[in-house]
Amino acid sequence: MAEFAKTFDYGPDAIILKGLDGSNWRLKDYESRAGYAALKKILRDGLKPEDVIAEVKKSALRGRGGAGFPTGLKWSFMPRSFPGAKYLVCNSDEGEPGTFKDRDILRYNPHVLIEGMIIAAYAMGIAVGYNYIHGEIWSDYDRFEEALEEARAAGYLGEKILGTDFSFQLHAFHGFGAYICGEETALLESIEGKKGQPRFKPPFPASFGLYGKPTTINNTETFAAVPYIIREGGEAFLNLGKPNNGGTKLFSVSGNVARPGNYEVKLGTPFAKLLEMAGGMRGGRKIKGVIPGGSSMPVIKGDVMMSIDMDYDSIAKAGSMLGSGAVIVMDEDTCMVKAAERLAYFYFEESCGQCTPCREGTGWLYRIIHRIEHGLGRQEDLDLLLNLADQIQGRTICALGDAAAMPVRAFVKNYREEFEYHIAHKRCMVGPGGYSTRHVAESLAMAAE
Amino acid sequence: MLSPQAKQKIDRELTKYPADQKQSAVMSALAIVQDEYGWLSSEVMDEVAQYLGMPQIAVYEVATFYNMYNLKPMGKSKITVCTNLPCALSGGVDAAEYLKKKLGVDWRETTADGNFTLVEGECMGACGDAPVLLVNNKRMCSFMSNEKLDKLIEELK
Ligand SMILES: Cc1cc2nc3c(=O)[nH]c(=O)nc-3n(C[C@H](O)[C@H](O)[C@H](O)COP(=O)(O)O)c2cc1C
Ligand code: SF4
Ligand code: FES
Repeated sequence: MAEFAKTFDYGPDAIILKGLDGSNWRLKDYESRAGYAALKKILRDGLKPEDVIAEVKKSALRGRGGAGFPTGLKWSFMPRSFPGAKYLVCNSDEGEPGTFKDRDILRYNPHVLIEGMIIAAYAMGIAVGYNYIHGEIWSDYDRFEEALEEARAAGYLGEKILGTDFSFQLHAFHGFGAYICGEETALLESIEGKKGQPRFKPPFPASFGLYGKPTTINNTETFAAVPYIIREGGEAFLNLGKPNNGGTKLFSVSGNVARPGNYEVKLGTPFAKLLEMAGGMRGGRKIKGVIPGGSSMPVIKGDVMMSIDMDYDSIAKAGSMLGSGAVIVMDEDTCMVKAAERLAYFYFEESCGQCTPCREGTGWLYRIIHRIEHGLGRQEDLDLLLNLADQIQGRTICALGDAAAMPVRAFVKNYREEFEYHIAHKRCMVGPGGYSTRHVAESLAMAAE
Repeated sequence: MLSPQAKQKIDRELTKYPADQKQSAVMSALAIVQDEYGWLSSEVMDEVAQYLGMPQIAVYEVATFYNMYNLKPMGKSKITVCTNLPCALSGGVDAAEYLKKKLGVDWRETTADGNFTLVEGECMGACGDAPVLLVNNKRMCSFMSNEKLDKLIEELK
C-alpha cells in the first residue's frame, strides 16, 4: 500500500515546507534550497547579534508552540553579558492532540531547524543547545541525529563555525511518553534527568533555566521560520501575514476532512480556504465544530468557524486560540459529549499530579463527563462541570490545568443541548458510535491512492 | 550487568551533557537497557543508577513517570494504539477494537502465547496518519486499515 502521497502538497504559500518530497532532507538538498545562506550572510556581513534580534522583532514572528509570544522579544530577555553557560532549547515534544507539524519539519527538512537554532544561538550568545524530541517519533529522532552529523561535518555546527570565532554545539534529546514535558519548564526538568514536573514561574527560564542557567526555549516551527527572516528580511516575512501576525503558519488539519495533513498558509487565510485545501468535509457531511488550535483550546461551532480567518488575533476574537495550529474538524455525526469525554480523559491521564486542583479536578471532569456519556448523568452535572472548571483554571502551577478546563467549558457552552439530551434520555443524539467513523474505509482508501 | 554495547551507547549520550550533569543521560540510558531486556527490572535500574552515579530512587522516579518505560515484562511485541480524539475521528478507536477482538485481549493484557501486549496510547504527534500505532515504542505504523493490521500481526507473530 502506498504511503499518503498527498502529505507533500503543503500548499502554494509554503516557505518552511516548500519543495519537499520526503527524500530531499539531506544537507546537500537543503543547500540547493538556499539552505545555510542566512547563516553565511550573518557571518560574512558581520551582522551583530542585536541586528539579528531586531530583524526577528520586525518580522512579528510569534511562538508557534502554543502561547504565541513574540519571539524577538523573548530573545531580548536573555542576559547579554552573563558570565558562564547559557542554553538554547528547542521544543519538539509535539504531543498536543491534533498537532503533527513539527514532525514534518524534523523528518523532511531538519536542516532548516538546525540553521534556525544556530542563528538564535548567535543572536543570544549561546554555546550549547538541545532539541527535545517527542519519544513516540523515534525514527525522526534518529534522522535528526543524522542531520546533526551532516551539519557538524560541514562546519556549520561545533567549534569555530565556518572559520569564525562563533561556536555552537547542538544535541538531540528524546522524551519517552509524557505530554507534560511539552510545557517548557517540565521539559527542562526532563533534560536534567528528572520527572517532568513543571516549575513555578517566576523565575522564568531566561534567568533560571536549564541547569539553573539562562535559557531560551522555542518551538520547532518558530526556529524553522528564522532562516527565511534573515535571508529575505523581517519585513518580507511580516508581509506574508498581517500586522502582529507575521509569516506563514503550519496547520495540522485532522478529523473528519477528506485529506488530513499539514498545510502551510499565510496567517490570515480564511478557515474556509484551509478546509478546502484539506479536501473539504469527508463524505460531504456537515461541519459541526472545530477546535482551531490543539485540544487545549475552546471548540468553535462549525458555522461560526466558516467565517473566521486563521491568525492569532482573529481566532482570539472568536473566543478561542490559535495555539499550536492543530485544527480538529468534527462533522455532524460526532457526539460532542464523547469528544469532550476523550479529551478530559487525556488531561486526567497526563496531569503530572503536583497541584491538587489539576490532579483531582481533571479526574472529576473526566468521571462526570464519562457518566453523562454513559447515560448516568444527573441534572446538576452541567453546573458541577462548570464549577469544577472554575476551580481549576488559574489555580495551578502550569497551564495544563487551564488546558483541561477551557475545552470542557466550551463544549458545554456550545453543545449544551447534546449534554442535556444525554442526561434526559440516557442516550446519544447522533446515534451509535459517536465518532463519525463509518466512512473510515473511504479515507483510508484515499490515503492509499 | 550492563552489557558493553549498552555502556557504549550510554557513553555516547553522556558526551552531550556537562561533566557534572550525568543524570541527564538517564532517560536515554533507560531506553537503551529496555531495548536490551524488554523491560526495566529493579536490578537493571540499579545498574543504571550506579553507572550514572545517581540515587536509585531518582532512577525509579523517572522510570515510573514516563509511560513508554515497561515496568513489567511485556509480550514480544507491545502494540500501542492512539485513541485520542483526532485519531478517533479517523478510525483510531475502530483499529483498537479490531485488534482487541483479533488478539482476544483488552488494554494492558498480553496474549496467551506471549506474543502481543496491547496498550492504549495518547497523541503521538502523527494524527494526520490515523489510525496510528507503535510497535515496541520505536516503530510507527500509519494508516492502519484492518488489512494492514492483519498483515502486521502476521509479520510480528
Ligand atoms: C501542557 C503544555 C503542553 C505544551 N506542549 C508543547 C509542545 O508540545 N510543543 C511546544 O512547542 N510547546 C508546548 N507548550 C508551550 C511551551 O510551554 C512553550 O510556551 C513553547 O515551547 C515556547 O515556544 P514558542 O515561544 O516558540 O512557542 C506546552 C505548554 C503546556 C502548558
Ligand atoms: S497544572 Fe497539572 S500538570 Fe501542571 S504542574 Fe499542576 S498538576 Fe502538574
Ligand atoms: S491523536 Fe493520535 S497521533 Fe495525535
